[in-house]
Amino acid sequence: MRISRRILAGLATASLAVTATSCGGGGTSGSFDDTVTVGILHSLSGTMAISESTLVDTEKMAIEEINAAGGVTVGGKSYKIEYIVEDGASDWPTFAEKSKKLIDQDGVPVVFGGWTSASRKAMLPVYESKDAFLYYPIQYEAQECSNNIFYTGATPNQQSEPATDFMYKRSPAAGGDFFLVGSDYVFPRTSNTITKAQVKQLGGKVVGEDYLPLGNTEVAPIISKIKKALPDGGIIINTLNGDQNVAFFKQIQDAGITPSSGYYVMNYSIAEEEISTIGPEFLEGHYGAWNYMMSIDTPASKKFAESFKKRWGSDRVVADPQESAYNMVYLWKQAVEDAGTFDDNAVREALVGQTFDAPQGPVEVMPNHHLSQTVRIGEINAEGGFTILEETGVVLPQAWNQKHPSSKGFACDWTDPSKGEKYKL
Amino acid sequence: MELLLDSLFNGVAIGSVLLVAALGLAIVFGLMGVINLAHGELMMLGAYTTYVTQLIFKLPVLKPFYNSYIIVSIFLAFIVSGVVGILLEKTIIRKLYGSPLETLLATWGVSLILQQFVRSVPLAYGTGLVISLLIGLFLPTTFPSKIKESINFKYFKFSSWIFAALTGVLTGSVISSSVSKLSRASARNVDVTAPSWMRGQIEIIGTAFPKTRLMIIVITLISVVAITLFLNQSAWGMRIRAVTQNRQMSDCLGISTEKVDIITFGIGSGLAGVAGVAVSLLGSVGPNVGGNYIVGCFMVVVLGGVGNLLGTVLASFGIGIMTDLIGAGRLLSIWPDMPLPLSNTINFFATTSMARVMIFALIVIFLQFKPTGLFPQKGRMVEN
Repeated sequence: MRISRRILAGLATASLAVTATSCGGGGTSGSFDDTVTVGILHSLSGTMAISESTLVDTEKMAIEEINAAGGVTVGGKSYKIEYIVEDGASDWPTFAEKSKKLIDQDGVPVVFGGWTSASRKAMLPVYESKDAFLYYPIQYEAQECSNNIFYTGATPNQQSEPATDFMYKRSPAAGGDFFLVGSDYVFPRTSNTITKAQVKQLGGKVVGEDYLPLGNTEVAPIISKIKKALPDGGIIINTLNGDQNVAFFKQIQDAGITPSSGYYVMNYSIAEEEISTIGPEFLEGHYGAWNYMMSIDTPASKKFAESFKKRWGSDRVVADPQESAYNMVYLWKQAVEDAGTFDDNAVREALVGQTFDAPQGPVEVMPNHHLSQTVRIGEINAEGGFTILEETGVVLPQAWNQKHPSSKGFACDWTDPSKGEKYKL
Repeated sequence: MELLLDSLFNGVAIGSVLLVAALGLAIVFGLMGVINLAHGELMMLGAYTTYVTQLIFKLPVLKPFYNSYIIVSIFLAFIVSGVVGILLEKTIIRKLYGSPLETLLATWGVSLILQQFVRSVPLAYGTGLVISLLIGLFLPTTFPSKIKESINFKYFKFSSWIFAALTGVLTGSVISSSVSKLSRASARNVDVTAPSWMRGQIEIIGTAFPKTRLMIIVITLISVVAITLFLNQSAWGMRIRAVTQNRQMSDCLGISTEKVDIITFGIGSGLAGVAGVAVSLLGSVGPNVGGNYIVGCFMVVVLGGVGNLLGTVLASFGIGIMTDLIGAGRLLSIWPDMPLPLSNTINFFATTSMARVMIFALIVIFLQFKPTGLFPQKGRMVEN
């Protein structure tokens, strides 16, 4: 009896030891006290996967960087960030469904996700009804200001407005007429409404606009319209989507619509990634406007580009949407640390006013849940990058555009309960 | 005059893209009555063939001939899509003749498979697979008839398939190791760059025409002429026409309908491949490239009258000219001071999206009055 009792005791000790070890191995490895799991929700399949997967890569990199620097410190405890990646499958209802799953089942305190406006519009009611929080990293048409979304991409006054101003006043085609081309969905149409109002204010003329249905690559009628409307060259504002740009630039070059014959295209959806797909030989001499360009010559920008290449391969490039995605992870971390809790409402309050030394330069979270950003105008060069021509100071975001007829005179402020989503200035 | 010429050229240019895309379908759907939803994906294979050929011609051995790669790729695309089409006919469609709904579903499934195939298989190995198919299907037919008739022919067939598989794997790995862009699978769209002699414009009677557009028109013309000659002048063409008109009677008179089916489907699919080359010159090449054209193809064939090549030709040029006329608001420049309500209406439809709506509406109205299209099949159809 005595012996067997000792054996039992020994067994118990041993099993306790095993449990303890496994706990230490699985949960809080290294010097972390605990873990926190965040959600990442982008398309990993379908047509948008090409673009959105680069954001997943960037967000993973930002999380790894934060973990390597000691994780998130909340209430004196250090947390390791872990993530659950969900696939939105380029299908907008799926985005809403997966958001519900992340919030309800996984209980994540924050979701980083989305690319297209359609996916954001599908997710918005989910986050508002559950009072959860979505971080959205893409330059978009604005005209939206949710208490439950934090927008780190540019609003039109942080991209298209300075770009239109540059084209009309300082480009080689300065003073020329405008022609607007876009894919047929919400972003190009809203963006062009704003551009038309702005060109009118500047004293210029929009001589034509056309929208290519998504998936259509027949540009011939648009080319004849451009040639008719701008016989001696002029300014073309291009908001076409991804692959349609390939068809557009191939065909306009063949039709003689090139910088050397006086036609200059300003692009709002072509970043470094797209230049390499379309081919710089079709784009050289045209323009782009972004907050971040890979060619920005600052230590922060170079470090960002280099660590991305180091993590994901030397042939990879970084572009504006990725920079926004990178910033939002860091801003969330800072807000959580300031709030001292992962609770949504406290973090939301702490978020406004956060500043971050981003690759593009300093950014600050404004009361309308958008970022103040720097705007850059670049000329596309033969190497497939941008030669930066101009750089504005910090531009404040307008959630409600001041040139769009439907939102003129309105603003958004979530720090003041009497103002909220849309109040009259 | 210049305006008219410009408008006509644009209409012909748009129409010839439609025509080259619909030509194969006009044969498969028009003559054989097979609703082939994978037609767009056969075009996609042709477009990818162009891309692969372009990269292979960049290798140092073939670099001096780089400028001619586009001509070579037309033939290769015909063969690649043709072979895949023949395989499709032999394995799936043959079993479904006479049941259009099942054919529709099966070919739609095939189209999804082909799309996913180019997304997830490295193009180098895709090329290898096509070469295996090519050898496996055609090597046995080249054997002397003595072997063909012998009882051991199946062993010969079997060994030629083994040989085909080996060659395929070998080519796959050779291409994969020499062209790095083809060695990884990617869902990313790729880009075909026209050789320098095909870029830019050419001036004819005071008007500048883009060379790629002219090239597409030439490809289309050659395809139409070749297929017309083939159908009307060659022995096989006559057999095809005979089988289309009366399958049972042709069968009784000793025409191998099985062979006719294979040849017809192969040619129709091959033409889809040629269309793929043309389309790759206009935009980017991706898994979805064919899907963008399939609706237009069916529209052209139905409008032209099923089973009539002339109808298809006229329908596609008609749609092309209408697209340009409506989409670019040409009527306004021909008649600048028309009454305001009319010019407002024309302006409203003078965008690419609205022009499409308008053309679809016109076609629907037209088909209300002539449901069988521009040139309906004349005479009695026994099979119906």
